[in-house]
Amino acid sequence: MPSVTRWFVKTSFLHLVLALVLGILQSLPYGRMAAWFPSYLHLLVFGWLTQLIFGIAIWMLPKFSNQRPRGYEWLNWFTYGSLNLGLGLRFAFEPFPMTAWGSWRAMALIGSAFLQWLACLIFVAQAWVRVRGR
Amino acid sequence: MPHLSRWMVRLSLFYLALGATFGALMLVNKAVILDARLWWLLNAHVELMFFGWMTQFAMGIAFWILPRFATKTPRGNEGLIWLAFGLFNFGIGLSGFSSWMPFEYVATGGKGLLLFAWLIFLWGVWRRIYPFGASRKN
Repeated sequence: MPSVTRWFVKTSFLHLVLALVLGILQSLPYGRMAAWFPSYLHLLVFGWLTQLIFGIAIWMLPKFSNQRPRGYEWLNWFTYGSLNLGLGLRFAFEPFPMTAWGSWRAMALIGSAFLQWLACLIFVAQAWVRVRGR
Repeated sequence: MPHLSRWMVRLSLFYLALGATFGALMLVNKAVILDARLWWLLNAHVELMFFGWMTQFAMGIAFWILPRFATKTPRGNEGLIWLAFGLFNFGIGLSGFSSWMPFEYVATGGKGLLLFAWLIFLWGVWRRIYPFGASRKN
């Protein structure tokens, strides 16, 4: 299993743990965690499920080329970093009200949106080429 | 990779790109309110990501990877899976964009199509889930 796949898969497992902890906290009757729901949801579907799919797909899809069987390695690592940094920014800033943190919150969320979007686009671009017959 | 799987996986990648774009726009809208109408994208974002990207990617890979039969049609009735593929994507379109349409029950119809398509897909691949060493006759 290539190194980048191991990082994707293991990080996805950690996201699942974090999401489940957040889920437990949200389910407590005295907790005021409603604002954390989008973070919880995205930790699950993006941090756990999509990240797991990315990692396995990078490993398993047909070869990109003979010279680069898994595509451009640096782009795969960039996808990993972009996805996780984007999610981290989201987790850190999204639950707070618009007025909190001043313009930092706005910049962090815009950065988060861009990084997550970029991770998806780069993955799509590399995977598209690898979806082919023999 | 068989032709049908290529269609399913490529379409799932398209949905990932489109769904991620919708999601990014909404997240930016949370940071700096651009336009309240951007929240109309929420339903489409959810449907495209859950069904268009994740489920369809799994369907495409499953159709490719699942154990094959030792017959002239190693992946079973492909026509059935093509039908499931068409209905599934039509359902995604209806359920994802139902809030943009002025008709009632569009979302219900879309979800119903998704269910119907999924049942057809299951019917087509169920028998390919067999243990190692078992008979590979269709």
